[in-house]
Amino acid sequence: MSRKHECIAMLLAGGQGSRLGVLTKNIAKPAVPYGGKYRIIDFPLSNCVNSGIYTVGVLTQYQPLELNDYIGNGHAWDLDRSDGGVHILSPYQQIEGTEWYKGTANAIYQNINFIDRYDPDYVAVLSGDHIYKMDYSKMLAFHKEKDAACTIAMLEVPWEEASRFGLMFVNDDGEITEFEEKPKNPRSNKASMGVYMFTWKKLRQYLLDDEANPDSGNDFGHDVIPAMHSAGERLFAFPFDGYWKDVGTIDSLWEANLDLLNPKVDLDLTDSSWKIYSKSNPATPHYISSGAKVQNSMITEGCEVYGDVDFSVLFSGVTIEENAVVRDSIIMPNAVIKSGAVIQYAIVAENSVVEENAAVGQRPEDMENVEDWGVAVVGAGIKIGKGAVVAPKMMVEEDMKGEDEK
Amino acid sequence: MRGNNVLGIIFPNVGDEDLSELTTLRSMGSVPFGGRYRLIDFPLSAMVECGMSKIGIVTKSNYQSLMDHVGSGRAWDLSRKNGGLMIIPPFNTAGAGLHSTKLEALSCAADFLSHCDEEYILLCDCNVVCNIDLEEVFDFHQKKGADITVVYTHGTSPEAKTLTFSFGEDDRITGSRLADETDDADFSTGIFFMRKALLERLANNALMMNETSFENVFVFEALKNLKLFGYRYEGYFRAMDNLRSYFEANMSLLDKDNRHSLFKSEKPVYTKNRDDVPAIYGLNAQVKNSLVTDGCVIEGTVENCLLSHGVHIGKGAVVKNSIIMNNSYIGDGVKLDCVIADKEVVIKPGKTLCGDPSYPVFIGKKIVI
Repeated sequence: MSRKHECIAMLLAGGQGSRLGVLTKNIAKPAVPYGGKYRIIDFPLSNCVNSGIYTVGVLTQYQPLELNDYIGNGHAWDLDRSDGGVHILSPYQQIEGTEWYKGTANAIYQNINFIDRYDPDYVAVLSGDHIYKMDYSKMLAFHKEKDAACTIAMLEVPWEEASRFGLMFVNDDGEITEFEEKPKNPRSNKASMGVYMFTWKKLRQYLLDDEANPDSGNDFGHDVIPAMHSAGERLFAFPFDGYWKDVGTIDSLWEANLDLLNPKVDLDLTDSSWKIYSKSNPATPHYISSGAKVQNSMITEGCEVYGDVDFSVLFSGVTIEENAVVRDSIIMPNAVIKSGAVIQYAIVAENSVVEENAAVGQRPEDMENVEDWGVAVVGAGIKIGKGAVVAPKMMVEEDMKGEDEK
Repeated sequence: MRGNNVLGIIFPNVGDEDLSELTTLRSMGSVPFGGRYRLIDFPLSAMVECGMSKIGIVTKSNYQSLMDHVGSGRAWDLSRKNGGLMIIPPFNTAGAGLHSTKLEALSCAADFLSHCDEEYILLCDCNVVCNIDLEEVFDFHQKKGADITVVYTHGTSPEAKTLTFSFGEDDRITGSRLADETDDADFSTGIFFMRKALLERLANNALMMNETSFENVFVFEALKNLKLFGYRYEGYFRAMDNLRSYFEANMSLLDKDNRHSLFKSEKPVYTKNRDDVPAIYGLNAQVKNSLVTDGCVIEGTVENCLLSHGVHIGKGAVVKNSIIMNNSYIGDGVKLDCVIADKEVVIKPGKTLCGDPSYPVFIGKKIVI
């Protein structure tokens, strides 16, 4: 039995992120690279540590190998602790048989024993695939002050996007009076961020009830929260006004990366009082050659740049050869862009090679029909042959032969 | 032979006086190098890469920044239950002063040495930068049946007094002297390899005879009745014997061949991780032929420079042929040429500073201009 912890966090990291297509073919969405040296899961993990939550259960299910390997013993986030620390929680075999995590609530239900070991008063349930910086300790203080059963972090979203979210109606005291799940005609723009703080005693009971209900989909947003609401529990919305992004699609992943280059966007990763930690391999400082031209970009260790880079994010160990051009693009770890290749409005995933004079993606203004435009994606470990062309919106899952190989 | 039977000893203070500008506040081992490294990273990484897992750092003075840098040794995988990294501070009995030679330093570590059961011992200094495959040195030592193996390299020896060697047949050292800068010399890299028992015996005997010179005991005297062999190292090598050579060595990394021979993907150099955000290049950034570390924000012009973590280059600033260390702030419109700025230097907008490659301007830690 462990010592009592006031608050622990459960991080839902089992999502496939199917709309990211080839990028999540072999890795779970929280393991998708972001921002030059991070992976998406670095954000909630770093938030936990910075908020003083040192016990984190990470619930994995889809393609967990890379994620498990990445998290390791949690050292990168200062979560290698003898009391608490980070724990990977995968579905496991039980006497009644083996069960996958059926829904977000079921995933927590299956790990009630883990949570009980720490005898917490409060449990934060977090999503592993959002990019934001948030102080959960403030949310916890709010939760205690309001004597709530559940507090939900709330963000005001633009009205035209509101229909994509679970929406809330809130009274003057911050208490949630009504819910609406992805309505066609939204009457509120106060969206749930998928960040919950629960009083554990209450949640524990609702999880048991939810599991006993055969009609339940075992999901927090659909089942558990509405059940708490209709039972008259105190539910509160904790207002958040910083940067928050669900990188659910290729376009939003591309956009979220380039947001880092926009000084107007409220996501400051240089703030040393709220560092985002990540695991990185030893690499030298990056090198910019005499012939290179680099502007308005983010570049990290281990890169060698001999060509032109404009408005792009380069991850560690990327090589951009002479006369190669990279614009408005994301180049993930250890990719090689060879001489004369042109990458525009594209995402090139880890360890890919774009051979000489190949072209990936296009600028929207160069399109005959802008409707056909979209971000081009080259999957991990793919080779784009000499002079090959990857059209906008295309998602390359297999090696593409070059002119010389046809 | 893998290094798991070899104990490593590093002397981070050797050569401090040669680089006094940078070592007033720190030891040679914690002098910044190559943008993100400290000099001790090179011997530590080489030792770890060949399988050594017990390493003692015998410190003498000004070693706070060194301790801060190495920490528990985690970055080198040396935070272990068995072995790992051990800092051995000076051990003074009443009346005795600080140790001033490597031999005296070893006697401070005598207790540590006697508790180690490794058969061999490897000694390294921090005033040279190289990336050596130590396994080859161990194999060489065995094959030659040597008592002591010294790693040497060929070229112009450093300005400071350095051991140079002459050889008989088969790499056996027949003569040696301490020489000033000499062209075309075979000179010591400061890396010594021998049985631990031999080292302890020679060191004890010497101290009883009131002998304090490391070179006398392990080279000049040893040549009379022991087999000394020289292992020739051919790769990237620079000695930090004065500020000019320190400057040149840093600048040499802008050359691709030099960089790739010091930093090999199969033999990485490990260092402390600062968790900085990737470097950010602004709209009007112009960077040519430079090494840039995470945490930098560049809004001006940078040519032929090494920028360490967290350096800020203001708008319209022009920085050429310079080494700018951690968290230094170069204001808007500043012009710098051949400058070495230590950590946390602030250069206010509009200032101009020029040195020469043979005499770079040095700006001390935390100085505001």
